Amino acid sequence: MKDGEVTLRFGGAAGDGIASMGETFAKVCSRSGLHVSEYNSYQSAIRGGHVWLQIRAGEKKMLSQGEYADILVPLNAQTMELHAPEVASGGVVIYNSEKLKIRDGLLKQGVRGLPVPATSTASKYGKNPIMQNVVALGGVIRLLNMNLDKLSGVLQDTFGNKAKAIVDANIGAATAGYDYVDKNFGSLNAKLNFTETSRPVMSGNQATGFGALAAGLKFYAAYPMTPASSILHWLVAYAPKFGTVVKQAEDELAVINMAIGAAHVGARSMVGTSGGGFALMTEAVGQASMSETPVVIVESQRAGPSTGLPTKTEQGDLWQAIGASQGDYPKVIIAPSNVRDCYYAAGEALNIAEKYQIPVIILVDLYLSEHIETIEADDINLSVPIERGVLAGPSNGNSYARYAVTETGVSPRAFPGEAGHEYVATTDEHDEKGIIVSDVLAGIPEHIETRRRQMEKRMSKMNYILKDIPPPRIWGPEDADITLVGWGSTMQVIKEAVLNLGEKGVKANQLHIKYLMPFHAKEVEETLKKSKRVLDVEANYTGQLAKLIRAETGFNIEHRLLKYDGEPFAPRQIVEKALEVTQHA
Amino acid sequence: MLDLNTYKVETKPDWCPGCGDFGVLNGVTKALAMLEIQPKNVLVVSGIGCSSNLPGFIKAYGFHSIHGRAVAVASGAKLANPELNVVVTGGDGDGYGIGMGHFVHAMRRNLDITYVVMNNQIYGLTTGQASPTSEKGHVTKSTPTGVIETPVNPIALALVTGATYVARGFSGDPNHMAEIIANGIKHKGFALVDVFSPCVTFNKKNTYEWFRERVYKLEEADHNTMNFEAAMRKAHEWGPKIPIGLFYKTERPTYEDEEPALKMGPLHKQPFPKAEDLKPILQTFF
Ligand SMILES: Cc1ncc(C[n+]2csc(CCOP(=O)(O)OP(=O)(O)O)c2C)c(N)n1
Ligand code: SF4
Ligand SMILES: [Mg+2]
Repeated sequence: MKDGEVTLRFGGAAGDGIASMGETFAKVCSRSGLHVSEYNSYQSAIRGGHVWLQIRAGEKKMLSQGEYADILVPLNAQTMELHAPEVASGGVVIYNSEKLKIRDGLLKQGVRGLPVPATSTASKYGKNPIMQNVVALGGVIRLLNMNLDKLSGVLQDTFGNKAKAIVDANIGAATAGYDYVDKNFGSLNAKLNFTETSRPVMSGNQATGFGALAAGLKFYAAYPMTPASSILHWLVAYAPKFGTVVKQAEDELAVINMAIGAAHVGARSMVGTSGGGFALMTEAVGQASMSETPVVIVESQRAGPSTGLPTKTEQGDLWQAIGASQGDYPKVIIAPSNVRDCYYAAGEALNIAEKYQIPVIILVDLYLSEHIETIEADDINLSVPIERGVLAGPSNGNSYARYAVTETGVSPRAFPGEAGHEYVATTDEHDEKGIIVSDVLAGIPEHIETRRRQMEKRMSKMNYILKDIPPPRIWGPEDADITLVGWGSTMQVIKEAVLNLGEKGVKANQLHIKYLMPFHAKEVEETLKKSKRVLDVEANYTGQLAKLIRAETGFNIEHRLLKYDGEPFAPRQIVEKALEVTQHA
Repeated sequence: MLDLNTYKVETKPDWCPGCGDFGVLNGVTKALAMLEIQPKNVLVVSGIGCSSNLPGFIKAYGFHSIHGRAVAVASGAKLANPELNVVVTGGDGDGYGIGMGHFVHAMRRNLDITYVVMNNQIYGLTTGQASPTSEKGHVTKSTPTGVIETPVNPIALALVTGATYVARGFSGDPNHMAEIIANGIKHKGFALVDVFSPCVTFNKKNTYEWFRERVYKLEEADHNTMNFEAAMRKAHEWGPKIPIGLFYKTERPTYEDEEPALKMGPLHKQPFPKAEDLKPILQTFF
């Protein structure tokens, strides 16, 4: 067990309550002053199957969920078989001795089994088998020398709006588990310092929803699709009170087109989906850009192709986002890198969308969307800036040109309901007033010119956006032996690898790219050219970022660590690859 | 009644001379004038097709969107600003083919939108392929041996899907059409106005003459517009006699009425959240 941190794993079948066990424990840790990072490995099954959740807690910011567990809580025999042999030396398996056995030779040397009669203990507090989880949680709290009151407090908050009997039963079961472990096993020698500093525990999707709401989101539409659905669930619970419509539509075509309609009349609009739904939306992404209607699209990637692995993570949609919709048109792709970043990316995306009247894609993935982690309380600024861009304002009686050619490419926006600005937004090519030049005017010299000017007007936005967004910066020592390159959700795990490499005496640094379109080609090229060795780390098969970097800069990243098995990176995997690259070169 | 010039724009319609869509443009314009709705309070949304060019020929706000998505765009606009009079105009391919899903769902939602479909039973803009309403046996560019499928019956479909105002017009009778469009706009809820709008270039079968010989007005036929079964029977009349006019009308709360977020008014008029109002949400994460 590493000083200052501990890793737990809960495993069972879908429907066993693994996710809420994880959430409860995460909150207990957070209220005890620890940081957590959690990852729930689940399946596309509602009942049965195999689900396991890992949670790493410690005094410092936990940059990943870690790899090997110190404490395993198996809720069924499959979990025991699959996970018990992986428990780290010095760790324990705490299990229901009335249901499970540890067969000889299953555990590594130095790993102990801790039998708890959880069925009979729990039965005193209710028939629901979930009570056994609560007994186990109570036991874990004792093993880690944590304060039982913190667990009771979280249970109280979770079930507080239910009958008092339910709260009491839960607290009773937790206490019984705590007492049993106290009497029979005592504590592990985990070296953890607890404090009274409590931090918010959030998933990426919750942060995205919250960030958007704080930034004045007025219309959100979605069609259920893992791993984006939890944005819908979160927003619908909180947003309508703030005068924000949250709409589940009939399909993703409706989702984005509704959002565009809402944006057209002045509501800040966003949609959420995964790769498959985004594929359906793409024609309308071009529509938003052509009609100059601001809209934000959250695309949470899961392992493709096609239906792929619906509950597994991947960064496989970068080129789908880049290539979405026909023709050349301005759009922005932002890939937030952690939960805190999700909160601000939502507001930033809404601002860029409205300022430049374009579609903005927030590219996240299942890992970032769904895993929960602690952030600092002051990480969340509730007064986020809201920028609506240039508006036409009241009419001065002159005729209004919705698509007036300007230096920045941005023309003042007017909204239906305003007198004197009546115009038609069009997806056909149009002149400054929105009159289409695609039919009887197409090919006429004057309108060949109109077309050229409108194309240039729209595309010129990209130059200004590039100046608005910060270029990526190296993190870590300038004179490193190796530079690890990545994008999006892998930022923290790569950072952990960089730190681990440092501990091993290998100087490493990190170049993490958040803005994929427009692209800071100059800065990226200069940085990479200075690097001694470059390793591209991505969760996809073809190295989609490396391909983009080559397209934008001509720089070919020679070394690649590509993962497409659906599971998130463990820091060790990155460290090992980096060691291989530095030693072979 | 407002002057029809209120809605006049410089752009001349680019339809073929004699196209039924001229009649619909007149019908929609006249309906707006009759209801005295100012151009600033109208949003005309369309998709793609000859018929979908219509918003460009009316002085009002408009959104000429992509093929099949007009109803979805209009639904979002109406949800965001229920004060607008939202009228969707488009073709049979746009609405009953590629956009069928949105059409059906908008009706069951009963958004207060008026949907005018210029049904010429053909794909005009793409030069004459079969449409979802082309009759069985119709020889078109894409069906040289005749259409094999049974046509969509938009009136019957609207009835079973929950539209609260279901009517049919004919471009050969723009005054009658204007009347039913105006009533559709006035009606609180989803109004479908399917219009026989002949494509004089690519549909040589369902012509003005063809319709003139067959259509009769429900208003003159002792039809009870509150009787669902009677409306359904009329919806299936197709042959020597084809009804136009109002088939069915009923009252049901609109989606906007029941949407909790709209209790405080149109979305764009609602204030952005204040930090202190967001604080209790932040607390839930601890
Ligand atoms: C996604 C997509 N598919 C196909 C087309 C080509 N297209 C344009 S209009 C049209 C059909 C138009 O028929 P209808 O809606 O009946 O309108 P009409 O021209 O008859 O008024 C088609 C297929 C398109 N623009 N977009
Ligand atoms: S092709 Fe047909 S539908 Fe299109 S404008 Fe000509 S007559 Fe009208
Ligand atoms: Mg047609």
